[in-house]
Amino acid sequence: MAFYDGLFNTLGLKGWCGDAASNAPMSMAELLAKSSGKETKGEFFPFPSLDNLNESCSGIIQSRDVTKGIENGFLAAKPGLKAVLDPITQPLSWLLDGALWLFATTPWFIMVPILVAISWFASRSKQVTIFVLASIMLMGLVDHYDVAMQTLSIIFVCTTISVLFGVPIGIAMSKSDRLQKSVVPFLDLLQTLPTFVYLIPLIFLFSVTESKLYGIAIILYAIVPVIRLTDLGIRLVDKDVIEAADAFGMNDHQKLMRVQLPLALPNIMAGVNQTIMMSLAMVVIASLVSAPGLGVNVLRGIRNLELGVGIVAGIGIVLLAVMLDRVSKAALKRVDMTDVKH
Amino acid sequence: MLEPMVRMRGLYKIFGARGKDVLHHVQGGMGKEELLARHGHVLGLNNINVDMQAGEITVVMGLSGSGKSTLIRHLNRLIEPTVGEIIVQGEDVMGLSENGLRKARQEKMSMVFQKFALLPHKTILKNAGMPLSVRGKDEATCDKEATKWLDRVGLSGYENHYPAQLSGGMQQRVGIARALTANTDIMLMDEAFSALDPLIRTDMQNLLLELQKELHKTIIFITHDLDEALKLADHLVILKDGAVVQQGEPQGILLNPCDPYIEDFVSDINRARVLRVRSVMSAVSEADIAGEVDADKSLEDLIKLSDGDTNHIYRVTENGETIGQIDMKDLVRALVPRASSSASIAR
Repeated sequence: MAFYDGLFNTLGLKGWCGDAASNAPMSMAELLAKSSGKETKGEFFPFPSLDNLNESCSGIIQSRDVTKGIENGFLAAKPGLKAVLDPITQPLSWLLDGALWLFATTPWFIMVPILVAISWFASRSKQVTIFVLASIMLMGLVDHYDVAMQTLSIIFVCTTISVLFGVPIGIAMSKSDRLQKSVVPFLDLLQTLPTFVYLIPLIFLFSVTESKLYGIAIILYAIVPVIRLTDLGIRLVDKDVIEAADAFGMNDHQKLMRVQLPLALPNIMAGVNQTIMMSLAMVVIASLVSAPGLGVNVLRGIRNLELGVGIVAGIGIVLLAVMLDRVSKAALKRVDMTDVKH
Repeated sequence: MLEPMVRMRGLYKIFGARGKDVLHHVQGGMGKEELLARHGHVLGLNNINVDMQAGEITVVMGLSGSGKSTLIRHLNRLIEPTVGEIIVQGEDVMGLSENGLRKARQEKMSMVFQKFALLPHKTILKNAGMPLSVRGKDEATCDKEATKWLDRVGLSGYENHYPAQLSGGMQQRVGIARALTANTDIMLMDEAFSALDPLIRTDMQNLLLELQKELHKTIIFITHDLDEALKLADHLVILKDGAVVQQGEPQGILLNPCDPYIEDFVSDINRARVLRVRSVMSAVSEADIAGEVDADKSLEDLIKLSDGDTNHIYRVTENGETIGQIDMKDLVRALVPRASSSASIAR
C-alpha cells in the first residue's frame, strides 16, 4: 500500500492507472531491503516524485524513464547530427593532428628560437622574452618539452580558430542589438556550463579517438571572451569619433576598418588573451577525452597518485600560462595607441 | 538677391518613437515642456526657417538644450528631421540616396567638433588627410594637402605626433585643418572652440577670421557664447527651445532686441567693443565736425579717439567716402542696453 493510492482513488483515476502491481524493475534500495528481509517502510509523507507516484499508479513514468528518454532522444538524433557535423568539423581534426605533428617533428633547436622570436616580436620586451626562453629550457630539462609542445600546439590551433570565428561574430553582434540579445544567453550558457558537461554530448557525437572531440570542447569554451570583448570594444568606441567618421562620409566598411576595429583593438586583444587562458584551462580537462599534452600527466598524477608527476606537470602548465599571458598582454599594451605617452 | 548656400524651411525635429504623430501638437503651438509632460516626446527643433548665405559666417547661438547642435546636424543629416526642407546649393538634402548623402558629406560639407573627434591611433598628418583618403585619393595627395593645411593652421613640425600628445588648442587646429583639407564650400563648426580656455579661444577665433578672409567659405558656427557669436557672425541666429527667437545682422540684434530673452542676453556684454560706428551713425547734416572715423571702427576706438569728450561730432567714412556722421552723445546713449522687460517685471 503506497502513500498516494488514496489520492488517485479520490481523483477517480484508478482505471487509467491500471493495476497497482507494477512490473517495473525494483530500485537498488528496494532490492537491498528485500534481501535483508526487512519490509521497506515508506516515509510518513513522501515527496510526490515520479518514483513515489509510480508506486501508486503504474500509468505514471519512473524517473529513470526521463534519463532514458533523453538518452534515447539523443541517440535517435545522433545519426542526423553526425552526418551534418562530422564533415564540417573534420578539418579541425586535420588541423589539430597537423599542428601536433608539426610541433613534434620540428627539432627543439629550431622550435625554441622560433618561439623566442615570436615572443620578442609580439611583446618587444626583453624581460618577457628571457622568461619565455628560461621557461622552455626548464621544462625541457625535466623532459617535459614534448608534452609542453603538444599542449602548445593544441592551444595554438584552438585559439586561432576561436579568433577567426569570434571576432566576426563579435562584429556582427555589435552591429545588431537583436543578434546581441539572442547570442548573449548562449554565451552565458557556454560560460556557466561546467566544463565536464560539454564533454558528455560530444563523446556521444564523436569518437574519442578523434582530435576534433577535444578541439570542439576547447573552442566552445574559449571562444566566448573574444566574442564578448569584440562586441563590447566596438560598442565602446567613442561616439564623437564615429560621428566624425559619418560626417566625413565614410561608408560602413571604412568605418569598421579605419575607426571601429583599431579603436576596439585593445579590448579585442584583451579578449584574445582571455581566450588563450581559457583554452589552456580546458586543454587540461580535455585530457580526459584523449587530448595529449601536460594534462595527461596531471591526470596520471590523480589516477595513480603519482604526486611528483602531477605536480611537475602542473608547474609546467603554470609556466605555459604565464608565458602566454605575458606575451599576449605585452602585445596588447603595444597595440593600445590610445594610450600614447605625452 | 543670390540663392542662399543653405536654406532651411519649416524644419521640425521631435525626438521620440512617434515624432510624426505628435507633430501636429507642436504645429498647433504646444511648447517643449508640455510636449514632454503630455506625450513623452522631446521637441528638438520647432519650425526653423533660416537662410545661410555663401561666403558668410552664420552663427547659431543658444543656451544648452536650445537645439543648436541638433540644427547643425540636420545639414548633413547626421540627424533626420521629422519634417522640413533642407536645400544645400540648390539640392534637396532630404532627397539624397544613401550614396548621394555620403558624397555630399565628403565633398560639400566638412565638420569641426567640440571634442575634436580625431582618430587617436593615427598621426596628425593622417588625421588631417582623412577626408581625402575616405574619397579614395592616393596617399601622396592626402599627405600633400594635409601638410599644406596643417602648415596653414600653424602646426608644421607636428605631422608625426599623435593627437594625445597635443594640447586641446592644437588638437582643434588639427580639426580645422582636417575640415579644410576636405576642401568643401561649407564648414560646419559645432561649438568648435567651447572646450578651449579663453586665451586659446581668442587665438582660434582670430585664426578662423583670418582664414575666412582668404577662403570665403560658408561657415555655420554653433556657440553658446554671445561674445564669440558677435565677434564671428555675419548673420546671427538665436535659438530658444528649438525655435528661432531672432535672426539678422548681429549689430541690429544688439541694438534692437525683439524679445525679453534676447534683451537679457545682450545686457551683459561690452557694447562699446562690439558695436560699430556704422550701426550708431546718423545721416549727414550740418554740424561742427571734429574729425573722421572709419565706419567699421568699434565705439571703443571712437571713445579713445575723442579722449572721452562727448561734445564732438565725427564724420563717418568708408573707403575715404563720407557716409554719415556720429554724435558722441548718441554713442553714449547706445552704450546703455535697453531695459530688459523681464527685469522691469522683477522690479
